[in-house]
Amino acid sequence: MFEAGRFAMVRGRVLEPLMTLAVWGSALLVAGAFLWLVGDLLWHGAERLSWAFLSSSPLNAGRTGGIGPILVSTLLILGVAVAAAVPLGLATAVLLTEFLRPRSRFGRLVGLSLDVLAGVPSIVFGLFGNAFFSVFLGLGFSILSGGLTLACMVLPILIRTAEASLRAVPDDWRLGSAALGLSRTAALRHILLPAASSGLVAGLLLGVGRAMAETAALIFTSGYVDRMPSSLFDSGRALSVHIYDLSMNVAGGDGNAYASALVLIGLLILINGTALYLAEHWLNRRIIAP
Amino acid sequence: MTQTLDRHSGCSPSIDAGTYTVGPLQSGPPCCVPEPLIRVTNLSVSYGDHPALKDVTLDIYKGCITALIGPSGCGKTSFLSALNRLTDMIPGCRVEGGIRIGGQDILAPRLDVSALRREVGMIFQKPNPFPLPIRRNIEMPLREHGMKKRADLDETLERVLTDVGLWAEVKDRLDKPALALSGGQQQRLCIARALALAPSVLLMDEPCSALDPIASGIVEDMIAQLRGRYTVVIVTHNLAQAKRIANYAAFFWLRERGGTLVEFGHCRQIFEAPAHDLTAAYVSGMRG
Ligand SMILES: Nc1ncnc2c1ncn2[C@@H]1O[C@H](COP(=O)(O)OP(=O)(O)O)[C@@H](O)[C@H]1O
Ligand SMILES: [Mg+2]
Repeated sequence: MFEAGRFAMVRGRVLEPLMTLAVWGSALLVAGAFLWLVGDLLWHGAERLSWAFLSSSPLNAGRTGGIGPILVSTLLILGVAVAAAVPLGLATAVLLTEFLRPRSRFGRLVGLSLDVLAGVPSIVFGLFGNAFFSVFLGLGFSILSGGLTLACMVLPILIRTAEASLRAVPDDWRLGSAALGLSRTAALRHILLPAASSGLVAGLLLGVGRAMAETAALIFTSGYVDRMPSSLFDSGRALSVHIYDLSMNVAGGDGNAYASALVLIGLLILINGTALYLAEHWLNRRIIAP
Repeated sequence: MTQTLDRHSGCSPSIDAGTYTVGPLQSGPPCCVPEPLIRVTNLSVSYGDHPALKDVTLDIYKGCITALIGPSGCGKTSFLSALNRLTDMIPGCRVEGGIRIGGQDILAPRLDVSALRREVGMIFQKPNPFPLPIRRNIEMPLREHGMKKRADLDETLERVLTDVGLWAEVKDRLDKPALALSGGQQQRLCIARALALAPSVLLMDEPCSALDPIASGIVEDMIAQLRGRYTVVIVTHNLAQAKRIANYAAFFWLRERGGTLVEFGHCRQIFEAPAHDLTAAYVSGMRG
């Protein structure tokens, strides 16, 4: 007894500081890597950043000029992806949580396919999108093809987060609304979806973030064209594709690549920050607190 | 509060609900002729192949308070849930036997379950107001069931909140979240929400057991006032409470294969002259 106690004490004296060091060390490493990245981007790209850069067209294969049309294409591609993925994702999550029995065979099949899809490399989505949307459906290299491909890619994240947030809504409210004779649709509309909304929005923003950072899935679907798109059927170059192209294929494109990357990171931070803020403050507060 | 309830009372005028709030009740229904509203015959409830309740036959009298007592796990909640078909919500749950409410077979497969649940309200053990403002908690179900006129909604809101003694407490903060209310207030709000749909039966599953003693007392008095206006079936582990408010009592017990009804009778008879040894042991606090 006594010996064991003493051993525990010694171990505590040695292990405790070690653990603390390891934990803090890892956290600092992660934060440090992120800061290094942002610092590097700022160092190389900040001076080029200006309103003119954000709004003008790229010149000389992107070495000079701005990223105006590229931002527009990026937003259009994201818009298509969100418009396609949100209704589908929400409907699937609702089916999984509210209509299928827990552990039903079909539910498990859907879950399994989602988990497999979530692990598929994005280049595979790109090739699939090219074969299906561009070639089979005849959409060619277009913002529509790219957006729909991205929608397929983020669907698993979207469905899984929506499913988790719906499952987190207490059953009390489901039983309570059923006991009042309310239909499932009414319960969903008035109670379950609003109660899950912070999770739903956070999941959506995570999905958008992932979509925005995507390159491989877009190269073969929305293409390279850096002109201002005039419709969804035009090809449009996404920000990430632009960065890739500048740094890999264009000699002397580094400066603008850095500046574009800075814009992309800025947008990602904005989106993730919004997701965090919404999840923590606004939506919950609106529902729960006085 | 008595008066508010009387205002809407459809029951025999000889009853003054106020006199029944405290103290043991006279045996026998306090109002109307003892007319069974709910007739349960050979009811069995099972979850998968696990029987929860076996072969219960029991009449529930109109306008009276019937208390269901018995140890945990003997199928009281399952019994209540069968009465408003909430058992439909539970995958794998099977209900066999007969339940007639006002002569209508409510286990019929083609029954309008939504209409049944409006007629047979339910209050849960844990207060479950919706994460909405107080007003919307009451109005949302009403609107969903077709009440659209502002004046009707306002009238119902004030009436049911007054009936549960909540109006004075919340009338100035109707648009504040219901979840900010205290536990007792939340439970009364849930009762008001059920009353708003003008049910004739109220099922209450241990409505006071999640509340502190004072809030519990308030809710109990309020339930006692419902007598005559509504047919109340209440599950309670608080035997003193059952004794105070119920007209009838049903004692359930857990047998090897699921719960069963051991004894049903006037409340006073169950507590003072139980016919069955198990009942006698349970009510004298030797078990359970
Ligand atoms: N949703 C459910 N799924 C499976 N078994 C259940 C479920 N609800 C209750 N049971 C079982 O049915 C039996 C009776 O439960 P219940 O009706 O809740 O009893 P009580 O309300 O008297 O405590 C218990 O054995 C319980 O485990
Ligand atoms: Mg129970």
